[in-house]
Amino acid sequence: MEPFVRLKAVAAPYELANVDTDRIIPARFLRYARSAEYASYLFRDVRFASDGTPRAEFFLNRPEYAGARILVAAENFGCGSSREGAVWALAESGFRAWIAPSFGEIFHENTFKNGLLPVTLPAERAARIRALLAAKPGAELTIDLSAQTIALPDGSVEVFEIDAFRKECLLNGWDDIDLTLKHEAAIAAYESRQRNETPWLAGSMIQTRNGGRSS
Amino acid sequence: MGLSLYEKIWARHAIAKGAGERSLLYVDRHLMHDGSFHAFSALEASGRRLRRPDACFATPDHYIPTRNRAAGIAGIADATVRGRVEGLESNARKHGVMLFGFDDPRQGIVHVVGPEQGVTQPGMVLVCGDSHTSTHGAFGAMGFGIGASEVAHVMATQTLWARKAKTLRVTVDGALTKGVSAKDVILAIIAKIGTAGGNGHAIEYAGSAIRSLSMAGRMTVCNMSIEAGARCGMVAPDDTSCEYLSGRAFAPKGTDWDKALAFWRTLPSDADAKFDREATIDGSALVPQVTWGTSPEYGGAVTDVVPDPERESDVVRRESMLRALAYMDLAPGTPLAGLPMQRVFIGSCTNSRIEDLRAAAQVLRGRKVSIPTMIVPGSGLIKQAAESEGLHRVFAEAGAEWLGAACSMCVGTNGDLASAGERVASTSNRNFEGRQGQGVRTHLMSPAMAAAAAVRGAICDVRTMLD
Repeated sequence: MEPFVRLKAVAAPYELANVDTDRIIPARFLRYARSAEYASYLFRDVRFASDGTPRAEFFLNRPEYAGARILVAAENFGCGSSREGAVWALAESGFRAWIAPSFGEIFHENTFKNGLLPVTLPAERAARIRALLAAKPGAELTIDLSAQTIALPDGSVEVFEIDAFRKECLLNGWDDIDLTLKHEAAIAAYESRQRNETPWLAGSMIQTRNGGRSS
Repeated sequence: MGLSLYEKIWARHAIAKGAGERSLLYVDRHLMHDGSFHAFSALEASGRRLRRPDACFATPDHYIPTRNRAAGIAGIADATVRGRVEGLESNARKHGVMLFGFDDPRQGIVHVVGPEQGVTQPGMVLVCGDSHTSTHGAFGAMGFGIGASEVAHVMATQTLWARKAKTLRVTVDGALTKGVSAKDVILAIIAKIGTAGGNGHAIEYAGSAIRSLSMAGRMTVCNMSIEAGARCGMVAPDDTSCEYLSGRAFAPKGTDWDKALAFWRTLPSDADAKFDREATIDGSALVPQVTWGTSPEYGGAVTDVVPDPERESDVVRRESMLRALAYMDLAPGTPLAGLPMQRVFIGSCTNSRIEDLRAAAQVLRGRKVSIPTMIVPGSGLIKQAAESEGLHRVFAEAGAEWLGAACSMCVGTNGDLASAGERVASTSNRNFEGRQGQGVRTHLMSPAMAAAAAVRGAICDVRTMLD
């Protein structure tokens, strides 16, 4: 994956709380494999009218946010469904980082898995950034992951917290499956314990014939 | 200090430490469905193999049609949708995964079928690429939903990197009154703690009202933990859960059963276990619940009115409520009872089990529906069981449509969608904008309440229709 180190980009503020992943990408698009088309699914039903014309009132349709790569959201952004398509739709649209007071947990995890950065800030600090950006549409933020800072348009700097493991993976662009496989001995030891202590969890389910109770 | 159920399962499965606060968690069971193709593609692209095909279980549900099932997979008109069902079946065969496919009478919604077959058991870590995997916590398992990249990670390693959650115990004491069900319990909990109230937490549901629930009811409660922001929600295993599992196809047998029982008995939270947070609900005071907004937290008693956003002091929440009421086309002060509905959906991993169908049938028996009503069982076996009890005749005589097992109108990926502007009385789990179709307005409620709405063509307090 492409390492995430520093990002200087236009940031778009989104004031709505509890933006769910159905809103980020409607379920009818999940049947398609990931492709550049995912950019066109982003916020599809709130961004476009049913005839396909952009809704002028939707924040991302403002020309100032055309090149936005950072999203600054409100509470519980990305709640709901586990669909990773929500992250893909944002990523294919050019977004690489999102800032919010809180995130839906699965969406938060999916973000890291794609080498992208979710920044959690206290509600009043995230609200201040949204207000600064709303007052100056098209303004940029500079996120420095090594320093864990965000430089704001008014010259101030916000510091954020991030899990050390996640930071290391992002900075290096690591695929964590490779990291995990370094723990093969621990994985094998658990599997051995499973065979001994709970042998019914260790055999193939395909061998089991139906004959049990139902409903 | 004693340990909670969650902490006991965590301790058993955390097999290595990573940097920061991450641990590597071993996954005992991995459930797959027809949305799992993203991860199968990623696995194959990486050149890695499925580590534990014997620990995986698959059944198609998201893209399965509810009608015209006799035509088989070939009867699915949309080629992409058809490809998703075919893809799961071919991937399962290729990788040696246990599959209940399109034509298997045991096929159904993965969160219904897993427990029904005894795949889900106390004390295990179980994952699936679907947020409603929290359902399986009803057995005292740690079940949680994951995205496609994490699914691919589990496929390759049978593990996940995770951070230990904080614990939240929600205690519901008191006897539920007539017409009040597990769905009302969980909707009331979400209304109380909020849709982000469980973020970062694993919920344990406790108290006499929870203990009195059947496994179906416990699954309904745990299912919607994610709607309270918690990836995982659980109930301690007890006689009810063990009795449910006894004799099921994939449950342990013989001496294994005795060993399993002994293990399961060690799992409930110790009396002196500490929880990071506690919440309580008086179960005896609950009345049937219904949502009025576009987040599951926007709900209340059927006897309530739509709240006034202007009385909400928090600005962000007020804006969110205003937006929800605009989408739902509702004015503050409108009584929820009496609100006209245009369609009813009874089904989903939240409420499609035989107990749910019986609750709907109890209301529909001898009455007629006045609006289109779909009844979608959670599995082929539940469909058979319902028909052996004659429930299908009750539904047919009432004028409701009795369909094949699938996720159906909960998410609409199989094409089962309502029309713009319609209000749907739905037993599913999400009332998000557009969830059941563009411009569709979803009101979440219990199966009995949905059946009552089907008869009256409007939200009504089902307690007025029970003998």
